[in-house]
Amino acid sequence: MDALVVKDFHKSYGKHVGVDGISFTVKHGEVFGLIGPNGAGKTTTLRVLSTLLSVSSGDMLVYGRSVVDEPKEVRKIISYLPEDAGAYKHLSGRQYLEFISKFFTTGDDRERMVERGMAIADLGERIDSKVDTYSKGMTRRLLIARAIMTRPKFAILDEVTSGLDVINAAEIRNIIKDMAREGVTILLSSHNMFEVEYLCDRLALIDEGRIVAEGTPEELKRRYGAANIEEVFTRAVAS
Amino acid sequence: MSHLFTLIKKELRELLTPATVLPIVLLALIFASMGGLTGNLEESVAAEPEVAIVNLDEGGNYSALFMEVVQQANATVVLYGNQSDDVGDAVAAVKDNGSMAALVIGPDHSSSIEKGEHGNITVYWNMKGTGLMNSVSTAPVELLLAVVERETTHALIQSMIDDGQLDDREPGNITAPISYSSNTLLGDMVMEDIRPEQVSSFMMTQNFLMPLLIMIVIVMLGGIIISSMGQEKENKTLETLLTLPVNRTTIVSGKLLGSAIVGLLFAGIYMMGMSYYMDGLTATAPVDMSEYGMELGTLDLAIVGAMMVLAILCALGLCMIFGAFAKNYKVAQSLTIPISFLAVIPFFVVMFADFKSLPALVQAVLFIIPFTHPMIAMDNLMMGHMGLIFSGMAYQALFTLATIMVTVRLYKSDILLTGLGTTLRSGPLGKLLRLR
Repeated sequence: MDALVVKDFHKSYGKHVGVDGISFTVKHGEVFGLIGPNGAGKTTTLRVLSTLLSVSSGDMLVYGRSVVDEPKEVRKIISYLPEDAGAYKHLSGRQYLEFISKFFTTGDDRERMVERGMAIADLGERIDSKVDTYSKGMTRRLLIARAIMTRPKFAILDEVTSGLDVINAAEIRNIIKDMAREGVTILLSSHNMFEVEYLCDRLALIDEGRIVAEGTPEELKRRYGAANIEEVFTRAVAS
Repeated sequence: MSHLFTLIKKELRELLTPATVLPIVLLALIFASMGGLTGNLEESVAAEPEVAIVNLDEGGNYSALFMEVVQQANATVVLYGNQSDDVGDAVAAVKDNGSMAALVIGPDHSSSIEKGEHGNITVYWNMKGTGLMNSVSTAPVELLLAVVERETTHALIQSMIDDGQLDDREPGNITAPISYSSNTLLGDMVMEDIRPEQVSSFMMTQNFLMPLLIMIVIVMLGGIIISSMGQEKENKTLETLLTLPVNRTTIVSGKLLGSAIVGLLFAGIYMMGMSYYMDGLTATAPVDMSEYGMELGTLDLAIVGAMMVLAILCALGLCMIFGAFAKNYKVAQSLTIPISFLAVIPFFVVMFADFKSLPALVQAVLFIIPFTHPMIAMDNLMMGHMGLIFSGMAYQALFTLATIMVTVRLYKSDILLTGLGTTLRSGPLGKLLRLR
């Protein structure tokens, strides 16, 4: 079953072409990585998929729902975590999770959702501290918890470990692995090639708004005669 | 509906922080204390005099008259003496009791007046400090001495009449031969026994305080809302919010209503401070203007309140439009300038001139600014300019609706996240706002 179908998607900002007609599919339960240099169109693609930006032409179907025609239905399925996102500084971690949960469910279900979020965030007593007292790693854990406590069918993660130390990044990657094991379809972008290889079932390399290569990490390494994804990336972009 | 409440609650939590509430409360307290100060000054002026008296002219006609005036004025006499040695005691008593002055009636006071010379009274003012309040505290004694002077003059004239040196007439008619009666013409009204400055003093609420209140609330609220939106973008909490399963219209309404509640709360806090200020001022307006219809009833106050709410909604609508273009907190700060400008212009204009007396072009410009209408509402209600009131309200309602529609459209567009498009960016608005 296709979780995401991207069909000839174009996005322009005035005269500047951000994404120049890309198409790809993501299967249900898959972890799919979008990699590419800065300004290649990764974040634009994720933002359009999250219904934050409009498409210039083409379409994206999330579990059969069009981001063009049914954005609200798409928003019920997805969970988007932007790069360098923050939480409301005047709320505590718990209050932030409670605030988000109110848009998804009510009553006992809502309490269970918040409990689940707190377990994922694993912030201990600090869950009741104000968000503006959190370190970057703690904030990221809270936001990951926010993104997956709602049990989304489709999670969109933009540079999820960007700026985190080794320990925090490893913990976040483990959380993502657990998400995937629970059957959540994940589309992520990253500059960390080790992370991409570790997490992703399949990859698409995007450069100057076009997909230049697509496949499993092993397929891509074979195709480009590379020892790792970093080499694949540099060779694909250079060609 | 529950999503809307959740969003309103979130907005209130974000906007009602010590950093936003404290300046408002402090400003209201400053107003309240200014009112208290004015009230104290009035009380001080109206206070009964407290003095020490040394009468070295005991038995004289005019010193007796002096004491009669002192008695009629209900003055408190902390020490009375009739020997020259008592002067030192009188001065000490005044200092010890914090009284206003020691008054020494000279030994030849009455005889000098009777001979056609000057009587002699020496005053030792008790200056408690160098502040404004200390100088005003001399007023009750000044008033007492003025009455003594007047009564002494009348008594002297009466004695001259009795001696046949003058025709028999009322002494007061000699000292004040002209009786003035001041009436003020305002619009179609003739206000009897009222001077223009009394009307101006009474109208100060409408011409200064209400516009000031509205200007302050809009300027501060504008800064808070736009900055909050700038921060929401900078922290990328807006992106999360916009990907939640909730309508954009609900998000906009939540922001608008949450901010409106904060705006009204701030206005309420100011109103409380202002009411204390006004209590201080009302003592200076001894005229009753209600007989000329210059009084606001419950309905009038409701209209003023409604116009104020509409002005806050207009400001919020504008703030949300401007805030949509704020990519971060820093840009947001500069975007508050146009909103503040729009609030300051009508404030200064209506402070110095009546709306109706302005040239048509200026009136038109002011009418277009939605914040003008509550600033001139009280004046218009008192003067019966109901056409201006209702057209102003209708315009404010339309303006609010238009800004909400534009805001919802912006929230559904890319501009909210990407800023102005290339075309707009290179156009005059983009250059004006220095957006990139």
